[in-house]
Amino acid sequence: MKTQRTWDTLAADTAERMAAADKFIGKGKRVEAKDVVGLLEAVIRPGDRVNIEGNNQKQADFLAECLLKVDKSKVHDLHMVQSAVPLAAHLDLFEQGIAKKLDFAFGGPQAGRVAKFIREGKLELGAIHTYLELFGRYFLDLTPKVSLICAYEADREGNLYTGFNTEDTPVIVEATKFRQGIVIAQVNKIVDKLPRIDIPSGWIDAVVESPKPFFIEPLFTRDPALITDNQILLAMLALKGIYAEYSVSSMNHGIGFLTSAIELMLPTYGEELKLKGKCCTHMILNPHPTMIPAIEEGWVDTIHCFGGELGMEKYVAARPDVFFIGPDGTLRSNRAFAQTAGHYAVDMFIGGTLQIDPYGNSSTATANRVAGFGGAPNMGCDPKGRRHSTEAWLKCGQELPSMYEQIGQMQRGKRLVVQGVETFGEGREPAFVEELDALKLAKNAGLELPPVMIYGDDVTHIITEEGIAYLSRCGSMETRMAAIRAVAGYTEIGLKAKPEETRRLRDAKIVMTPEDLGVDRDRASRDLLAAKSMKDLVTWSGGLYEPPARFRNW
Amino acid sequence: MALNTLEFEVKTPDAAVAVAKPVHFGVVGSGDLEVLMSPLASGGAVKVKVVTPVTGFDALWQRVLEAFVGSAKLRDVSIEINDNNATPAVVTLRLRQALAEAAA
Repeated sequence: MKTQRTWDTLAADTAERMAAADKFIGKGKRVEAKDVVGLLEAVIRPGDRVNIEGNNQKQADFLAECLLKVDKSKVHDLHMVQSAVPLAAHLDLFEQGIAKKLDFAFGGPQAGRVAKFIREGKLELGAIHTYLELFGRYFLDLTPKVSLICAYEADREGNLYTGFNTEDTPVIVEATKFRQGIVIAQVNKIVDKLPRIDIPSGWIDAVVESPKPFFIEPLFTRDPALITDNQILLAMLALKGIYAEYSVSSMNHGIGFLTSAIELMLPTYGEELKLKGKCCTHMILNPHPTMIPAIEEGWVDTIHCFGGELGMEKYVAARPDVFFIGPDGTLRSNRAFAQTAGHYAVDMFIGGTLQIDPYGNSSTATANRVAGFGGAPNMGCDPKGRRHSTEAWLKCGQELPSMYEQIGQMQRGKRLVVQGVETFGEGREPAFVEELDALKLAKNAGLELPPVMIYGDDVTHIITEEGIAYLSRCGSMETRMAAIRAVAGYTEIGLKAKPEETRRLRDAKIVMTPEDLGVDRDRASRDLLAAKSMKDLVTWSGGLYEPPARFRNW
Repeated sequence: MALNTLEFEVKTPDAAVAVAKPVHFGVVGSGDLEVLMSPLASGGAVKVKVVTPVTGFDALWQRVLEAFVGSAKLRDVSIEINDNNATPAVVTLRLRQALAEAAA
């Protein structure tokens, strides 16, 4: 006999919680700031999966502070599922026992506390994900019951404008609301009419006007004045030995100074190499201020952004042919879509790292910080589901001697994944090491898996001041390790390179020195930067770029 | 900041290149250094004096200097380096740039 079963327990549970919260919610779903702690106590239950929207550029910081103030006898042992935990409040929740478990992608400034709390048993770590992986799990086994999100503005009905920094909001709201969860939004301002509606009010349960605007930091701004000659040398090698060599048209750039240098050298060295129209036409990037000269010189067709960047609002709005702009005239960013493009569609990922091991595995993890890697692993890998071809992707795949061992007589391309490092980094720490600190971290923090940012089989090129190791041309682990040693300079790894072996690798074009590539080291100077200062960037932008105060040094 | 002075003498078997005139290159900015190169009759050796705020990298300096002198086939030169935490890559770059200027 068929037993009676209810199929709407999720919705019934939400309705019960919302009934308890009813007294706090006014017209247009509006909640007063003073009532938010009460609201959270009404809708959140112990053990719930909760998301506090934590992005690079948009933080639900007021809601996070309110969650810290709840009565711990009512709300405790929460399972936080959110892409980033950059705010002190995110970790204070664990210190106070309000939260217990964490599934995330990026720790940022709180990385040290994440590691410490794991050791002290205050935080149970689910996993350190990549963005797309975590977003995927929002729709699988990590759907939030309650999400505390952040937008610029709401209207009187509770529609939201996420504006320039949309980032994670759509993916969080979609997962939460369509699994009958509860979505609470903090906004900087409640207005009569929004510039555009990014999230419809029907998907929102409560809106609070935050007492102060959300915290935002210019994470993607690199001052050209700080770019060194050595970074310029690496940028020259990248442009000549990789961009030109493979005709790389689409890519994601990391946020380090090497890629800033490359961006600023497109109109100079890139122009000289005749790369305009061929390279860097399609990019997945936040609005990096150092892209301004190349955009102004007509290099770029399209840029889609994960999020925004402080000070770039007016410039981006004035370049709607390049950026994705809403009918209201402001940028629409979206991390899930930009990461999807970064994973499947671009030809190349180029960025820096802290450490590379003798096999080519690379990681930014240090022994006592659980930082995570955000989106780097989504872009810094060969997407096995890719089925469209481009010149760069095909050429890189054709080079790979081991392709036959994998798929026999069959053609396939390969994503270019480029790691650019100086052989010694800050404080003369070697970039090439026998063992990644990720292994120590795994031990210290009791992780099941050492946090590797990019696995060796995905890295196709390593650039150092010694030259480029074309790992895509290595047929065996032995050759790959020799190529890595050959560009590892005076590090302990580099000292193991044998001159005759390096000579053979250079003859086979598996290792190319600056001289082999025809890159003149003596030209590696700041004269090659199209903009040498923040002021130059403002000038290039015609005054549209408005750098944050800390970058205004004139 | 206490400064340390390191002295090295490097000789390369096939040394052939001498500098014709004294040259000064670079500035002691953070992570950077200045190089002073001048001719010095020293029986083929290259004598190097390094003034640096960091300790514990003597062997690394030795390697960098040997590789530079070897690849440039340098002889009879005095090199003074005033360092402010430059990496080996920057040291090599500045030495090469100084030599290019001395040869110009």
